[in-house]
Amino acid sequence: MKRRDFLQAIGPAGIVFPSLINGFTFKAFAESPLVSALIQAPTETDHVLVIIQLNGGNDGLNTVIPFDQYDQLANARSNIIIPKNKLLKLNGTSLTGLHPSMTGLQTLFNEEKLQIIQSVGYPQPNFSHFRATDIWMSASDSNQYVNSGWTGRYLAEEYAGYPTGYPNTVMPDPLAIQIGSFVSPAMQGPSVNMGMAISDPVNFYNLINGIQGASPNTRGGKELTYIRQVAQQTTQYGAAIKNAAAKVTKQFSGYPTGNSLADQLKIVARLIAGGLKTRIYMVSLGGFDTHAQQVIANATDTGAHARLLQRVSEGIKAFMDDLTFLNAHKRVIGMTFSEFGRRIKSNSSGGTDHGAAAPLFVFGHYAQNDVLGTSPEIPLVTSASANVPMQYDFRSVYSSLLKQWFCVPDTTLESVMLKNFQNLRVVKSSAPCMSSSPEILPGLDTKILLTNYPNPFQSSTTLSYESNGGHTLLQVFNTEGKLIKTLIDKEVSAGSHKITFENEGYAPGIYYARLQNSTQQQTRTMLLGR
Amino acid sequence: MLRYLNGYQNNKNAPDENYARELQELFTLGKGPLVFYTEADVRAAARVLTGYTVNATTISSSFDPNRHDTANKQFSAYYQNKVILGKTGVNGAKETEELIDMLFLQDETALYLSRKLYRFFVYYEIDAATEANVIVPMANLFRASKYEIKPVLELLLSSTHFYDPVNVAGMIKSPLDYCVGLCKEFKMQFPDSTDFANQYLMYDYIRTQASNMQQNLADPPSVSGWPAYYQAPQFHELWINSDTLPRRNQMMNILLTSGYTRNGKKIFIDVLTYVNALSNPGNPNLLISDTVAHLCAIDLTPEVIQFLKGILLSGQSTDSYWTDAWTSYKANPTNTVTRNMVVSRLNSMFSYLLNLPEYQLS
Repeated sequence: MKRRDFLQAIGPAGIVFPSLINGFTFKAFAESPLVSALIQAPTETDHVLVIIQLNGGNDGLNTVIPFDQYDQLANARSNIIIPKNKLLKLNGTSLTGLHPSMTGLQTLFNEEKLQIIQSVGYPQPNFSHFRATDIWMSASDSNQYVNSGWTGRYLAEEYAGYPTGYPNTVMPDPLAIQIGSFVSPAMQGPSVNMGMAISDPVNFYNLINGIQGASPNTRGGKELTYIRQVAQQTTQYGAAIKNAAAKVTKQFSGYPTGNSLADQLKIVARLIAGGLKTRIYMVSLGGFDTHAQQVIANATDTGAHARLLQRVSEGIKAFMDDLTFLNAHKRVIGMTFSEFGRRIKSNSSGGTDHGAAAPLFVFGHYAQNDVLGTSPEIPLVTSASANVPMQYDFRSVYSSLLKQWFCVPDTTLESVMLKNFQNLRVVKSSAPCMSSSPEILPGLDTKILLTNYPNPFQSSTTLSYESNGGHTLLQVFNTEGKLIKTLIDKEVSAGSHKITFENEGYAPGIYYARLQNSTQQQTRTMLLGR
Repeated sequence: MLRYLNGYQNNKNAPDENYARELQELFTLGKGPLVFYTEADVRAAARVLTGYTVNATTISSSFDPNRHDTANKQFSAYYQNKVILGKTGVNGAKETEELIDMLFLQDETALYLSRKLYRFFVYYEIDAATEANVIVPMANLFRASKYEIKPVLELLLSSTHFYDPVNVAGMIKSPLDYCVGLCKEFKMQFPDSTDFANQYLMYDYIRTQASNMQQNLADPPSVSGWPAYYQAPQFHELWINSDTLPRRNQMMNILLTSGYTRNGKKIFIDVLTYVNALSNPGNPNLLISDTVAHLCAIDLTPEVIQFLKGILLSGQSTDSYWTDAWTSYKANPTNTVTRNMVVSRLNSMFSYLLNLPEYQLS
């Protein structure tokens, strides 16, 4: 009997009971040596998740470019559009291209080690960096405040009772490690932070080499050095990290220089290959807040944004090569994310303003190799406030990674993710430890599942949709990504259905209907006329 | 001291040397290389001090002439062969004054006490130049002012030596400095005196924390006090070890995040109140420079300052994102979302700042 089954079996006796916090159900465990011993045996897996945060809001439309929407896109952002003939092509798709500076990711895609998930976002997007970051870290709804992080909640489920009794023989290493200039709330558990910070590469190398930073030649400086020495010795996992780092004496030689993301990933590769049992690593790269001059005017494939994407692409490519070199490549899946994408229309200062949904990358030996979702639909005429409507909720990506990569059972998933999310195929079905869930349907179905008539419409339009049965969600968003109406949010029978969307005094313009059912979704553009 | 160093058991039939010894070794002359009092001097001093008793019920002390040794007390050449004439009756207690006068006539007493003051306020290492230029003038003034402490401290604390950057921030905070300092720096709100029971419970929490960090108020480990104040060569470095440093950071983190709750009352570090009192909290640069100037005795490197700012800006590079978040919080201080947006970042920043080794210095 698995420990979770055991817990569920004895649930009614009061060992496991739900408690309501902020309206969400969390599991709380009664103090009992038997139960905590069972809980403390985490799932057997040597899998690792590496999360790359791109701070500032990456311009997704200049990162993953839809060939099939290119003309409309060129119209909406003529001053920053990248020449079509410079875009990088991907095997097996004629619809999607990559920014010219991302040759590394192009290679990974063509080697079947990269997935592109289109238009990832969430309903009612927030355009504040801080708030949007908090939403992505906590995996909350847009209008809810949750003060724990999604990886923190996952780790709290796996390693109950942390930090009491840790490190121990089962888990001698940090549960999660963050590297970079941002203290991540994603690792905040329900009560304590589950992560350990290595504030930057310099500190890492100081730690493993036992050296202290420079201090002034004063009495204060002398005492500072003393305290730093003690602090280094008392870093809870200092020895574990030093030992792991010491086991890797040679790494892949092709890491780029002057690339802080690559520097961070190089450390991560070393720690993974050195045998740390740490499950989650977070690294970050800043500078994506490209309000102005994101490209060089006469050479739009170069400039600030191109340099950033090059760092991302080269960093990930070198990291993957290193993992292969160190024979740890089968253990690692990575994902990128940014707190939001940018507006469809560029601004007059050669940049783009805060937007909504954007593509994200999943990479790794076992990453599903496809472009999930359709190209974002770019209208012929774009207003300054127009946004890419979301196709996939970012929490579906998290949830699917937890389920498929860390084998998190559905009951736990719900308490970690705070509600149920769609299971998307993000990990190849050949990967070990992947649950053979019947919910995962074969790749993207190109069959049209959602239509509306009339279109354009004035007073009302009738939406026709196909469901495979089970929970079905049908929502209407405006171009800013604001949820206007939820038409269906319930179990429906398999087959064709119709529902009417009434114009309840909405402003004329473009609206997006979004259908979500099991792993599938489709977006339909509807035009409300005057 | 009569109890702690057995003075109440010291009588003419069985002199107890404990207090007489420490009076010289710890409280006046010390055991330096230029101090040559003898074991006979310890015994003579013990005989001078015979006769005192304590009343445990009234917590008072008295002199009992019947327990006093009335013979003459001969001291060694180190004490200029001083003889304290034996006295009878209540006059026996006057011998104590003579003994004290004799001890304070020795040059070394003023030097020893001056060094103690220096180690408490400046630094534990005293090199030859410091001895000549700082300690000796302090000792001279000490004697000249009839051992009044205030003028000597004035001399030390207004000296250029005291303000020389080389000598600043050489002190490692004692546990009490750390714990009480944290409460005062952040003006932590305790239950007031009308609710003295809860006030005492909270004070007791702070006391317990300091005790866990190896300084229990009013309970030094030995008659010499806490080793950090006297034990060469490490002196106050002894406060910091692999057990006590994490305890400091744990206490700070508790007060910064959940706070400490007892009897339904809570004490915590209120970052919003702290930051609100700064010159311009909407400007992340000024917020950080004001905070660092207040909390850190030693300069932080530009990299660390940048790191603090990175936390405040969530990794963004535009200052106005903090300003905007702060402004929207100020516009509607009761809104949970905007409030938490600044509080979570401030808590992260303060947690990092107060975890820095630099914060342990004063």
